Amino acid sequence: MEYVIEMLNIRKEFGTFVANDNITLQLRKGEIHALLGENGAGKSTLMNVLFGLYQPEGGEIRVRGEKVNIENPNIANELGIGMVHQHFMLVEKFTVTENIILGSEPRSGLTVDRATARKKVMDISEQYGLRIDPDAKIEDISVGMQQRVEILKTLYRGAEILIFDEPTAVLTPQEIQELIQIMKRLIEEGKSIILITHKLKEIMQVADRCTVIRRGRYIGTVEVDETVNEDSLAEMMVGREVNFDAEYSKANPQQVVLDVQQLVVKDSRGLKVVEGLDLQIRSGEILGIAGIDGNGQTELIEALSGLKKPEAGKILLNGKDVTGFTPRKVTESGVGHIPQDRHKHGLVLDYSIRDNMVLQTYYKEPFSKRGLMNYKAVAEKAKALIEKFDVRTPSIDVPARALSGGNQQKAIIAREVDRSPDLLIAAQPTRGLDVGAIEFIHEQLIKEREKGRAVLLISFELEEILHVSDRIAVLYEGKIVGIRDPKETTEQELGFLMAGGKRGEETV
Amino acid sequence: MNKLAYNRLLIPLLSILMGLLVGAIVMLIGGYNPVQGFSSLFSGMVGSPYAIGETLRAAAPLIFSGLAVAFAFRTGLFNIGVEGQVLIGWVAAVYVGINFDLPMFIHLPLALLAAMFAAALWAFVPGFLKAKFHVHEVITSIMMNYIALYTTNAILRSVIGVTNERTEDIKDSASLASPMLQELTTFSRLHWGILIAVLAAIVYYYILQRTTLGYELRAVGFNKHASQYAGMSVNRNIILSFVISGMFAGLAGAMEGLGTFNGMTLSASFTGVGFDGIAVALLGANTAVGVFLAAILFAGLNIGGLAMQLGANIPSELVKVIIAAIVIFVASGYALNYVIEKLKGNRKKGVEKK
Ligand SMILES: Nc1ncnc2c1ncn2[C@@H]1O[C@H](COP(=O)(O)OP(=O)(O)OP(=O)(O)O)[C@@H](O)[C@H]1O
Ligand SMILES: [Mg+2]
Repeated sequence: MEYVIEMLNIRKEFGTFVANDNITLQLRKGEIHALLGENGAGKSTLMNVLFGLYQPEGGEIRVRGEKVNIENPNIANELGIGMVHQHFMLVEKFTVTENIILGSEPRSGLTVDRATARKKVMDISEQYGLRIDPDAKIEDISVGMQQRVEILKTLYRGAEILIFDEPTAVLTPQEIQELIQIMKRLIEEGKSIILITHKLKEIMQVADRCTVIRRGRYIGTVEVDETVNEDSLAEMMVGREVNFDAEYSKANPQQVVLDVQQLVVKDSRGLKVVEGLDLQIRSGEILGIAGIDGNGQTELIEALSGLKKPEAGKILLNGKDVTGFTPRKVTESGVGHIPQDRHKHGLVLDYSIRDNMVLQTYYKEPFSKRGLMNYKAVAEKAKALIEKFDVRTPSIDVPARALSGGNQQKAIIAREVDRSPDLLIAAQPTRGLDVGAIEFIHEQLIKEREKGRAVLLISFELEEILHVSDRIAVLYEGKIVGIRDPKETTEQELGFLMAGGKRGEETV
Repeated sequence: MNKLAYNRLLIPLLSILMGLLVGAIVMLIGGYNPVQGFSSLFSGMVGSPYAIGETLRAAAPLIFSGLAVAFAFRTGLFNIGVEGQVLIGWVAAVYVGINFDLPMFIHLPLALLAAMFAAALWAFVPGFLKAKFHVHEVITSIMMNYIALYTTNAILRSVIGVTNERTEDIKDSASLASPMLQELTTFSRLHWGILIAVLAAIVYYYILQRTTLGYELRAVGFNKHASQYAGMSVNRNIILSFVISGMFAGLAGAMEGLGTFNGMTLSASFTGVGFDGIAVALLGANTAVGVFLAAILFAGLNIGGLAMQLGANIPSELVKVIIAAIVIFVASGYALNYVIEKLKGNRKKGVEKK
């Protein structure tokens, strides 16, 4: 069998912490090879080694049979290895085209040949069906679009071996299907792919083989065929059986906690994207919002959390008018928020995990007294939270940046859930989490509900919405166009409503 | 993490060495003897009690201006206006020093407070403009420097009054001068300011690392989006950061007015104390200890340069070359880091081959 990539007995240490301990991964030409493991298992680390971002402490790498020393990403590029990172590496102020060509710009004389660059980018984007606006600035486009830019970046550099680090975590279901088509097309053209994903369904759907690692150790590689299924993969990954369809207790909704009336919010370009939205959530229930990205989810959250002043309408919290409150006042009125973009809004990456755990409460006792921080109390809190939420980190003193993506997410959830706010806004709370962690987070949301809190769950994954919500509100073009009982609706019906379909047309 | 701390020390130290090396090369090109040059430079820096006294004297204002720049930087802001804030602090201190008649334990603190307050007010402007109208602080704070220069001269002429381009001396009760320190250093101009600078460095550390305000300021500096999400007021922090930075800058001016010069002279150009603060903060990696040591080094080089001119006949401007080279090396620390990694990588490969 011909291997394009062989990573043999790779070892990577961070200080005394061993992130990769003797891991072997062999990639055949023309295959999609899944890399599976819990949050913090060492998947991204292994791929960063392959891409030349980290130097391994042991083991060897062979590309097309030849032993190589990948000292930096440039060498990886030259070897035809491209990587789409878990957290994008784009220049916010640059346009899509500029980001794609950055570092290998076509030149005419001393200047960048923009016209050629743009054309080439458009050609590739066409070839693989990756629609983009070449002139938009990165900061203005959605996460899904940003990912396309990342993929185009590698294709533009002529990558033959593509590493996808959790590409689907940030995508909507439609986008995921598109990406899967793209990956299949890439394979047809003789490229080889390493795919990291926590979604077992995707592995079953596209992967030829799957390598599993656990806590930095190599567990095994299996052919993805009839002999494996989601359960067996999960078991291999976690080391025990995973319960996929836990049954939750029945909701017992009480008084109204959040009452949104005729809310109107504009987006950053000044367009009204929330237009007369009405919504009520009661204590003791989880309300899921289903909707296609861009139908006002972001702006609704921003208005609810005080980041954006609504143009019109009212937000009542426990009967109190909180419209136009500052984020601090909203927080103090009893709102917690798990933001969608964990790096931009959820964490101060350069702060230690310890310091990140009190980002909203640092000024309150016992963390702060008479203007002075009590870092001992902060450390105790952080330790307790990390323990309780199984955030895997070498210590509480490492910068949040050093945690694996899933563990960063768990840290944020720990912080927000721990405050047990009257209203918990959870935007894509399980994005990037492994199946075990997802289950755990869902349990936490249910527990909050049982304590009599109100939970607003926003997710692009209908499965998740259907699984944990007590009621489902469908958001379309800035309005709630329907409320459904998860027990009496289907993904089809929700999808239909999300696309703007009206009741009664369904049978057509 | 240990590696990080190690690099944080290694880069400044390497930069200093390489800066000195550049100095040596320039000496050679100029036909001077580097051995002789450096020996008189170093003896001028620290070779005698007098040299040490003068070095510390010159370091005091640099410590303050370095802390001012560093403070803003730690909170994500560029305060290029330290130079102007130094001038404003200086003139305010001198005004109080001349125009009040009070017992020392009130007069001196009052003069220092005046310097802090006036400079803070001056720094408030770019902070406010940034917070309120998103005007970039670099532009406004540079412009405030020019306004400060001419305003200071105007105040000296029309409010405080000058004879022969200079104000009268400040009252003894507002002076930082210390006969004891002077005697100890065989009559350098060393004054109590250096002790206040030590105190300031401690306060700097304390504010940033121990107070709730510091937690907030640093958070905003690292990630203003997340800070805003968490309920912090980014605008308030921008203004506060500038005001505190300005207070440090004002004290730098007070060092000159109440310590070294006992007054103020009309000037057509900037003092350079504020601009040097940028280099000091850079070399000191924006930490209290780092700024303190960097200020002493730069001050020492400046003082030693004069001795070098006398002792080895090398123009004292050469010191500026050395300082500039050090700054360039530190600023390109990233590149330097790359070289270090490269060297280490090669060494490792060598081991592997065996
Ligand atoms: N730069 C670093 N310094 C210290 N520890 C690190 C660093 N990078 C990663 N780690 C640690 O190594 C472990 C593996 O991290 P890695 O990012 O590879 O996990 P992962 O398998 O990609 O997880 P996820 O699914 O959550 O993305 C984690 O425990 C993480 O805390
Ligand atoms: Mg990862």
